Amino acid sequence: MADNREITIKVNGKDMTTYVETRLSLGDVLREHFHLTGTHLGCEHGVCGACTVVVDGEPIRSCLMLGVQAHGKEVTTVEGLSKGEDLHPIQEAFWKNHGLQCGYCTPGFLTTLFSFLENNSDPTEREIREAISGNICRCTGYQNIVNAALDAAKVMKGS
Amino acid sequence: MKPAPFKYHDPKTLSELVELMSNLEDAKILAGGQSLMPMMNMRYVTPEDVIDINGVNELDFIKLENDHLTIGSMTRQKDILSNQKIFDKAPIFREALNHVGHIQTRSRGTIGGSLCHLDPSAEIPALASLYDASLTVVNREGSREIHIDEWVLAYMMPSISDEEVLTSISIPVWKNPHGYAFIEFARRHGDFAVCGAGTLVEIDANDIISKVAIVVAGVDVKPLRLSTLETDLIGKKATKDTLEYACSSAKKIEAISDVYFSTQYRQRLAGTLIKRSLEVAIERARIINNDG
Amino acid sequence: MGARFFGADVLRAEDRTLLKGSGQYVDDIRLEGTLHGAFLRSPHAHAIIKSIDTTKAKELDGVHAVYTYDEIEEPLNQPIKQPYPHPLIRKDILGYPLAKEEVCHVGEAIAFIVADTRHIAEDAIPLIEIEFETLEAAVRVREAALPNAPTAHKDSKDNIAAELNIKFGDIEDTFSSADHVLETSFLQHRGGCHAMEGRAILASYNSSLDELTSWSATQCPYLIRRSLAGHFQMPESRIRIISPDVGGGFGPKAGFYAEEIITAFASKKLGKPVKWIEDRQEHFVTTNTQRDSWWDLKIACDNKGRISGVRGKIITDQGAYIPWGLLLAFTSMTPLPGPYKILSMDIDQQVVFTNTVPNTPVRGAGRPNAAYAMERVIETVSRHLKIGSAEIRRRNFVEKKDFPYKTGLIHFNGTPMSYDSGDYHQLLEKALDLADFDNFFERQKQARENGQFLGIGISSCIEDTGNGPYEGVTVRVDTMGKVYVSSGAASQGQGHKTVLTQIVADQLSVNIEDIHVEIGDTSKFPQGVGTVASRVGVNIGTAAFSAANEVREKALNLAADILETDLEDLEIEDGIIRDKSRKNLTISLGEIALKLAPMSGGAVPAGHSASLESTSYQASNGMPHASGSNVCEVEVDIGTGEVKVLNYCVAHDCGKKINPMIVEGQIVGGVVHGIGNALFEEMIYDDGGQPQNTNYGEYLLPLATEMPPIKVIHQETPSPLNPLGLKGAGEGGTIPAAAAIVSAIENALTEFNVVIDRYPVTPEYLCNLIDKENQIEV
Ligand code: FES
Ligand code: FES
Repeated sequence: MADNREITIKVNGKDMTTYVETRLSLGDVLREHFHLTGTHLGCEHGVCGACTVVVDGEPIRSCLMLGVQAHGKEVTTVEGLSKGEDLHPIQEAFWKNHGLQCGYCTPGFLTTLFSFLENNSDPTEREIREAISGNICRCTGYQNIVNAALDAAKVMKGS
Repeated sequence: MKPAPFKYHDPKTLSELVELMSNLEDAKILAGGQSLMPMMNMRYVTPEDVIDINGVNELDFIKLENDHLTIGSMTRQKDILSNQKIFDKAPIFREALNHVGHIQTRSRGTIGGSLCHLDPSAEIPALASLYDASLTVVNREGSREIHIDEWVLAYMMPSISDEEVLTSISIPVWKNPHGYAFIEFARRHGDFAVCGAGTLVEIDANDIISKVAIVVAGVDVKPLRLSTLETDLIGKKATKDTLEYACSSAKKIEAISDVYFSTQYRQRLAGTLIKRSLEVAIERARIINNDG
Repeated sequence: MGARFFGADVLRAEDRTLLKGSGQYVDDIRLEGTLHGAFLRSPHAHAIIKSIDTTKAKELDGVHAVYTYDEIEEPLNQPIKQPYPHPLIRKDILGYPLAKEEVCHVGEAIAFIVADTRHIAEDAIPLIEIEFETLEAAVRVREAALPNAPTAHKDSKDNIAAELNIKFGDIEDTFSSADHVLETSFLQHRGGCHAMEGRAILASYNSSLDELTSWSATQCPYLIRRSLAGHFQMPESRIRIISPDVGGGFGPKAGFYAEEIITAFASKKLGKPVKWIEDRQEHFVTTNTQRDSWWDLKIACDNKGRISGVRGKIITDQGAYIPWGLLLAFTSMTPLPGPYKILSMDIDQQVVFTNTVPNTPVRGAGRPNAAYAMERVIETVSRHLKIGSAEIRRRNFVEKKDFPYKTGLIHFNGTPMSYDSGDYHQLLEKALDLADFDNFFERQKQARENGQFLGIGISSCIEDTGNGPYEGVTVRVDTMGKVYVSSGAASQGQGHKTVLTQIVADQLSVNIEDIHVEIGDTSKFPQGVGTVASRVGVNIGTAAFSAANEVREKALNLAADILETDLEDLEIEDGIIRDKSRKNLTISLGEIALKLAPMSGGAVPAGHSASLESTSYQASNGMPHASGSNVCEVEVDIGTGEVKVLNYCVAHDCGKKINPMIVEGQIVGGVVHGIGNALFEEMIYDDGGQPQNTNYGEYLLPLATEMPPIKVIHQETPSPLNPLGLKGAGEGGTIPAAAAIVSAIENALTEFNVVIDRYPVTPEYLCNLIDKENQIEV
């Protein structure tokens, strides 16, 4: 018998309520119930980082957390980074530095760096590489992602 | 890769939790989820009930009293990593935990989760062994304490029954400032190590080793304390020969093998890493002596 | 007016959507009533299905259908058709849409379950009762090639899928007159696809229209359309394949797979859209990989290190089926001479079936293998004759004056391999400069004194790019002056839209914002090949250039008539045609389009043709050859066997670059893929054919922390084969990388006489080589 619960999650600043099967990962809930498909599932076993979202300020793998575990929490997904047409400085920096090719891994990198740069305003290149070592990108070779993060850090610090 | 159906429980207190545990036949405890969730997604594990203990706040604490560090089983790895008190008293924790996974896994992963999962090369069980830690396990009837040596029964198998839950780990930290090092070799940053070596050491003004603890992970099915080597090293001068001695004796450890690494390679690696960790730890001990 | 956008770092048009998380990958597309599929797959490497009972699975709440081979109707119950037939294929064995009786690798699809959700579909898998009789498996390819080996297919007598030979020159004479005959043998293992998005299909069959629409995460939508048309015996015009945003390709996503048939079949049967999203475990066991190839080569050279001949044999692990014909086998042989002038060659290749996942191209196809092999040849000579690794290359390179240079080999498209242009000597010097090669040996000496082992490695390569036959582009201007561009080439992240925009904007002198591009949808453009083999930039670049030019000519001609001026006096600026000397005499492109528009009762002005548009399939007049020289520096930790890549320098020549930023992105990404091949990626099977590392904790993809800074410098020798001087760039990073790393490791370990004979180079393997002849202190 399916085990269901009603949950409310504050997603990108908005309370969202849904009735879900408890076995659904947070990633599945975001995608299937809230239609926020920017969060991608690349491996569903906690290694690729594509599914990273920020829960109560911490970057986590949404394939390894159940949707019901996010009940009452605040979740930021990639859709929550830009304000209308205005890209977040990290998104802007990815664009300018050609930090994405296919874009599939990109939401996970953005959310990871979003939370990392909030807490580390002046990171070294090595620190950035470690911060994104839990995210796999098959296309870019990472170099432009690292450059984008360094640029974004400068902008975020300035503002 | 979607988990099989289960019934979800989320107790809020330890007593609710142990009550549940004693009533459920086929339950798994969901702590940080960094090991259990992948296994459930792959359907390697298909429990009937999942007990989420993330709401049991009383299991999430860090206490340091009289050189005794107690950490609740639901304490996140990131909280241990950033804890200044732990760093001051047992700086090796930070060095070791920096190797654990990635920011997204440390923000969920718990100390209790690592201690129950017991990957042979994992850092936290190795630290527990290095410090002769003991673990507290609770069931409906009461609690018991168990030394880390007895905790690991076999490959990835802790000494805990289906009705018990790990609540905390208690670590007698070293009283005095000391040299330390945790060095490991993993194929990539944040991967499970092939092998890791941790050392704590005190040396006196004449460079003589007066106190030492050495642990190696990833060589046996459980973290190995090298007590014979430790005894041998006490009273020895911290010279190159001493390091070589440590290295060659580490190479004789009976090591496991798998499809990725042979016994012989693990032994070689143990030698390298133990020597390096001892070397760094001694150097740090010297600095402390000079500063103090 | 010269080019404004061509050659500039134009930021990508694709990115804003993707950055905001609103990209539409297949799994993001929602159709009302969609059902979700999951497969029961073979747990055995080789077995007979004795019985299968799906009753219980069908009874599960939420399950709509369970299909096995027996439920697949005519004409779909046939083996998958070979898309690349070739007379040299001895056994053209491909699987069935669902296994008929025999399963030949772990992961082969046996049953398809369609349910309300993916969760439920997976719940039904263990409810299928199935009985196997296991058969002996052929797993290690060199053993499988032997006459009495267990066969990968029960009805086969041996495992030889094909035997190929390439040769030119007088090999016997070359070898008998050589000063030295040397040997080198090695194993190459390329690894899997591992695009971050796996394969994905959403099939929707509309019975009232008898039309199938399928969204597929593919590199080649037209191949899917053609193949489905063949299997369903349906006209291509009733099938529409859309490859929406696609999360990486890298070769294996260019193929035609059983799942394309099954999802479409299920949608047709059930009258609902059916979605199947490959999960990561499936990806490991079902998406083609590029498996082992074993090389044994003999080298003839003179005392100066000039290589005159190479002969030898390759054994290639084909896996269980041969879904790409011999493309991979050929691409590992035809580019073999690389940038070197070799007088004769004679190479045999055996393509051998095993009970593992099928073998097809991964980024570069056989080219990285060929480049690696030739670089091993060069290094062998260098080591043996003690000639420096830069000097040995200089002595063997094809010279600038030799272009066009014919190697003597024939490309698999039947034309002679001919290098159009380049300057290999200068390219190498550029790479050496960039890497500060001359001072390296001093750095190495100093490091050695501190107990560190530094090494440097060089690798030079060519790449046959832009292969044909063509890729088409339509350029059309509407009455508002907006420009529509459509093309058959789907993108998986290479920025096709951006480069098309750049070329068309320049030719039509319009603003980038006024151009709208449609790609990857078979209903938007009639024909196409696909994004593989560094071919798209060259082909769509050339076609876009020619189509846009024709539109320009058309517009100017009509404008000249209307404005009553001379054609030569006209220019276009920002979509406005004007007379250069009488600037107020203007007409917009939109107005011209209106004159040629399909207005009822109107007429096309005399001497002009309908619609301000043009379609071009103009391709490069032969294959432009890109080239590269790479230099990398490594540090080897002899205590652990760890290799750290300290820096990596690329000098690359892909002719004229449409968008240097995109080219550089391709190169850097490609290098990292190559580093992954050299040091990390290995798909391991046990002796019984069970894959061992089907997860990203154990199958190691390169991470940011292990990758070096990668510097790229360009040389620009425009290709004479196409009007824009283009050469391809998609794989030029990957092709030479493994050889550079391996040489650098050997260089670091010179004192231990280490000769590496396989990649990926793992730490344990390296420690064994170090320990073999040496008593060392770690
Ligand atoms: S999908 Fe969650 S880490 Fe890969
Ligand atoms: S941009 Fe394609 S995986 Fe990162």
